[in-house]
Amino acid sequence: MTDNLMVFITILCSAAVTYSLRLGGLLLSEKLPSSGKFKIFMDALPGTLLLSLIAPGIASSGLWGGIAAICTAVCTYRTGNVFLAMITGVGIVALSRYFC
Amino acid sequence: MKEDIRSGFISNLPVAVSVMAYGSVLGMLAAQKNIQWTELMFMNVFVFAGTAQFVMVEMWKNSLPVIEITIAVLVINLRYVLIGASLRTLFEGKALKHKMAVMHLVADENWAVTMAALKSGKANTYFLLGGGLCLLTSWCFGTLLGHSLGAVIKNPEAYALDFAFVAVFTALAFSMWQGKRNVVPWIAAAVFAVAAEKMLPGKWYVLIGGMGGAAVEAFLWGKGDNTNDR
Repeated sequence: MTDNLMVFITILCSAAVTYSLRLGGLLLSEKLPSSGKFKIFMDALPGTLLLSLIAPGIASSGLWGGIAAICTAVCTYRTGNVFLAMITGVGIVALSRYFC
Repeated sequence: MKEDIRSGFISNLPVAVSVMAYGSVLGMLAAQKNIQWTELMFMNVFVFAGTAQFVMVEMWKNSLPVIEITIAVLVINLRYVLIGASLRTLFEGKALKHKMAVMHLVADENWAVTMAALKSGKANTYFLLGGGLCLLTSWCFGTLLGHSLGAVIKNPEAYALDFAFVAVFTALAFSMWQGKRNVVPWIAAAVFAVAAEKMLPGKWYVLIGGMGGAAVEAFLWGKGDNTNDR
């Protein structure tokens, strides 16, 4: 059972951080570098961060998990449809568990 | 003003469909983690950032790691600084109060729709706000739908719902693929993450992998300021 207060604090912290970034970006827009290493770092961050989130999970999910992850990645790249790609990956793992 | 909000709302309806589908997945996963629907709604309204909410739900456990979650949300949402910065001309001459009110409902989708509409001169801040309201509605509706479905499913492993996290993040990650220039940084990110996960407790591997990979990218391509090189 999760403590209600902790849930409240967690969501509030995340909300405060997210809102500060949104408003901060607009208010500080004149001072941010729009080229160079900082820009490249910021542009690369979402992708590498999401990949890091799942890399250990994929590494320990076995053969079918790896195959499903590759298919999901290829499907995203080809169709650009995140939802379809996700269904593909989950479908492959579900089928492998059903038949293997 | 009302007309602009309405037009923004309507222009975002096509993306709202996929936002709803995506939200239903989040709702389903939240139900598996025993997150109450009220807590989920609270999160939807106050955080209002899809990918970050997926990260939050993924990191959710009985003793909540508040600091790790907050830092992860901070890093995943750093891109909003750039999104916010890109809206400078749209908000030109508006009062601070107006900026503060509208910016909360800026997400990837209504930002993209607004930027596209701006090219044909149809967008203003109310248009952006209308889009945000449309996304908030569909996001809440989708997550609620998923949550009620997820609570019904008793054996999620049989439908591979435990793999849904990996699948949704794989798809999200590769939707941000920028081409060949990403190969080395992404391999570095994966190696850093797997190694850190083995050596450190908690969720720090997410930040180490993410920031390490992005640093490699900046190091490789940042020389000579050739930012337009892909």
